[in-house]
Amino acid sequence: MLSNLLFDYTLRTVALGSGIMGVVSGVLGAFAVLRRQSLLGDAMSHAALPGIVLAFIITGSKEPLVLMIGAAVAGWIGALFVMAIISTTRIKQDGALGLILATFFGFGLVLLTWVQARPDAAQAGLDRYLFGQAATLLERDVAAMAAIGGAALLVLALFWKECAILSFDPDFARSMGLPVHLLSVLLTSLLVAAISIGLQAVGVVLMSALIVAPAVAARQWTDRLGVMVVLSGVFGAVAGVGGVVLSGAAARLPTGPVIVVCISALALISLLFAPRRGLVWNWFRVNRPVARQGA
Amino acid sequence: MKTEQPAIQVTDLTVAYRDKPVLWDIDLTIPGGVLMGIIGPNGAGKTTLMKAILGLVRPSAGQVLVYGKPYAQQRRLVAYVPQRNSVDWDFPTSVLDVVVMGRYGALGWFRRPGKREREQALDALARVGMQDFASRQIGQLSGGQQQRVFLARALVQDAQVYLMDEPLQGVDATTERTILRILHDLRATGKTVVVVHHDLQTVSEYFDQVALLNVRLVASGPVAEVFNAATLRATYGGQIAFLEGRDPGRSAPEPRAGIAVS
Amino acid sequence: MELFTEIILIAIVTAVACALPGVFLVLRRMAMISDAITHTVLLGIVLAFFVVRDITSPVLVVAAAGAGVATVVLTELLSRSNRVREDAAIGLVFPLLFSIAVILIAQYAGRIHLDVDAVLLGELAFAPLDRFEFAGNDLGPRSLWLMSGILMVSLALLITFYKELKLATFDAALAAAFGFAPAALHYGLMSVVSLTAVGAFNAVGSVLVVALMVAPPAAAYLLTDRLPHMLALSALFGALAAILGCWVAFALNASIAGAMAVMTGLIFCLAWMFAPQRGLLAQVVWRVRQRWEFAQAMLAVHLLHHQATVQAVVECQAAHLSEHLNWPPAFTEQVVRRAEQRGLLVQQNGMLTLTDQGRRFVATILGGDEL
Repeated sequence: MLSNLLFDYTLRTVALGSGIMGVVSGVLGAFAVLRRQSLLGDAMSHAALPGIVLAFIITGSKEPLVLMIGAAVAGWIGALFVMAIISTTRIKQDGALGLILATFFGFGLVLLTWVQARPDAAQAGLDRYLFGQAATLLERDVAAMAAIGGAALLVLALFWKECAILSFDPDFARSMGLPVHLLSVLLTSLLVAAISIGLQAVGVVLMSALIVAPAVAARQWTDRLGVMVVLSGVFGAVAGVGGVVLSGAAARLPTGPVIVVCISALALISLLFAPRRGLVWNWFRVNRPVARQGA
Repeated sequence: MKTEQPAIQVTDLTVAYRDKPVLWDIDLTIPGGVLMGIIGPNGAGKTTLMKAILGLVRPSAGQVLVYGKPYAQQRRLVAYVPQRNSVDWDFPTSVLDVVVMGRYGALGWFRRPGKREREQALDALARVGMQDFASRQIGQLSGGQQQRVFLARALVQDAQVYLMDEPLQGVDATTERTILRILHDLRATGKTVVVVHHDLQTVSEYFDQVALLNVRLVASGPVAEVFNAATLRATYGGQIAFLEGRDPGRSAPEPRAGIAVS
Repeated sequence: MELFTEIILIAIVTAVACALPGVFLVLRRMAMISDAITHTVLLGIVLAFFVVRDITSPVLVVAAAGAGVATVVLTELLSRSNRVREDAAIGLVFPLLFSIAVILIAQYAGRIHLDVDAVLLGELAFAPLDRFEFAGNDLGPRSLWLMSGILMVSLALLITFYKELKLATFDAALAAAFGFAPAALHYGLMSVVSLTAVGAFNAVGSVLVVALMVAPPAAAYLLTDRLPHMLALSALFGALAAILGCWVAFALNASIAGAMAVMTGLIFCLAWMFAPQRGLLAQVVWRVRQRWEFAQAMLAVHLLHHQATVQAVVECQAAHLSEHLNWPPAFTEQVVRRAEQRGLLVQQNGMLTLTDQGRRFVATILGGDEL
């Protein structure tokens, strides 16, 4: 299996792409989870679907970069709608997220089926954005993912200190004179970038797992933000590469869902067995004194 | 600081949330070098007043000047200690990191905190008696310890004016003593300290100036002059009856002598 | 019945069946739970299929509802452990369960007649092809019967437990004190949501069930404060979206379920813009009016505070007002003019003085007993 990874060109490309996706969504997902925006990722990835199809309809191109930009723009508009609904109506965050998620996705579906009903075959393959098909990643896809992902990580590194304080204590950040609103927009934009990178490999439906699960896993092992963010990226990459290798090893194993199972397994193991926060140790701590008293 | 120029000058300040006024036409002068308590019932707008001074909420009318200039130009002169419940204590960060955040404003964009910032933070932690907890995760501290960490973060800012929102609310005796000692240290070095406070019994003991607030400013000035039964009744309305009945002697201004020598 | 009529009927019944439990989801701030449930019911169906080996067995529906409730329980367990917040717990649980279901289907693709695309997206156009036959008679499409049955169950439960549900939604503590067992109601509601999701996803697919459950109640919530009205409006909006959605989908030759979801979204947008009291338009109108009213109040309070004091000469000067209140001069002028027209104040040699009417105005603003 490992030798395949080293010598099989296609597998190597796909694994590299999934790995990049895992790192970027893991790192930016950590901030999303800490800022209580776990489900915003879910809403934005569903909302990206109409953007992908519209980008294709307008440009007639299936270039990954074009479709990623379409996805990012639509995801952004979805996020803006969520924020506008929360701030101007009595509907709370959950309702706004569910509403935008499902109606944008529905719109994407209408566009997709409409395009598919047209006689020309140029649209073939757009539906892979629903569940993702990592196996279809080509070298130029991976290059686009690396470029967008690298840029997103670089921006985060530049504004690390400010993003950290914004996530921990926004009031204090504002009292220091930081442009809190702009920074918040920046972090959300980076998250949108991470999502648009991952859609081709895991699809709009399962993308949210790659935002939430690596961060949840990483949080259990450390109490340091820096360590958590790095670990989250590592977990994301491990799950991305691992999922590709595993699904390549057996027949009829769809890559996207396998990647999700891998990252969820990492999260569950971390929740149960991480050194200090592990629920298993916690359970022992709670139950042992009782047992002693009984003896 | 120069006593001629007030540390904070609030003029005709009205703040409203969605056109529901929380503060009505406040005129408040806080002289430099004083220790001022802000008191008032729940919903009186104490926290909002702090946030308006810090530019965190936009006033509907009026303005706030810090040493003669708008807050935006004097940011580095002001340090803020928010209420403890304003942050997520499960955030993955250590006590030292939180205190280092106090230096971020001075560092500016892009520059990373280094050894110097960490040493300043450790010094501040030592001042609040928390140096042994520097590497702890903040969620593992008691409420009083968390409050002292927030205070340390304000101390490293090395400001002229310190605004603190209920720092003594629900803290243990050690923390209360530590905080009071630091308040007096700050004043002794000419800093101005403004504290939102909830315990009327200790007002005349802890502070030299007081502002009584209930949406409107009822009175402000030296404790001896303005902290009395009449202003308290005007501030707290019907709730004052039991306060007077319980301990009328404490609301008299005479314990202030104790503060002057501390 | 004609094919088209049958499709519209199925769409309407599905939309109404989704809207009713949706009202409680939106009010209880659990809309995103419905997103999780609609995905995980698939795992229940797949697992039950391995046991009974019959894709039409009613056991599948029960198992799917069970999987939905299990999702809720798992999410609650995780968030109660204090290691993960509730939103992250939802985001962790449902992609995992859904992925397992998709992998199982892919592995045993030859033996399960389940198409993941169909589960996720639904295909209403094919629903009438699956007929319900009894003693050789064609009684109509199976999904119409299924959804009508689910709608009847929901309605019966809603009517039976209306009072309890209402109380538990608005005041869980009081409901518990009355012995209404909010936990039982909570899981009951979750079961109904799961059951509806199972029935509906055949027709409209799991993601769009969320649209039908969340958007019509959200729109209704902007239009009314009364629960019965909200239930009725939600059902009405759901049905309307179903009819419009079918019509648009036929015209464009596109996904019916998707078009229905878009229609629910448009209906919500209309309510959001034009709702009489809570719509954006109403908010703008109200805010403009309120802005002048509030500015006059501020001015009056300011005059009251300063008119008997030594600084009155400066503070109550029309010329100095905008500087003191930090208002743009043109705005200050307007406010003074409006207040003067209303008789709240008089202007003499540039000095502003409150009239008796102005004093009464301030008194009512400040609570009456101040003067």
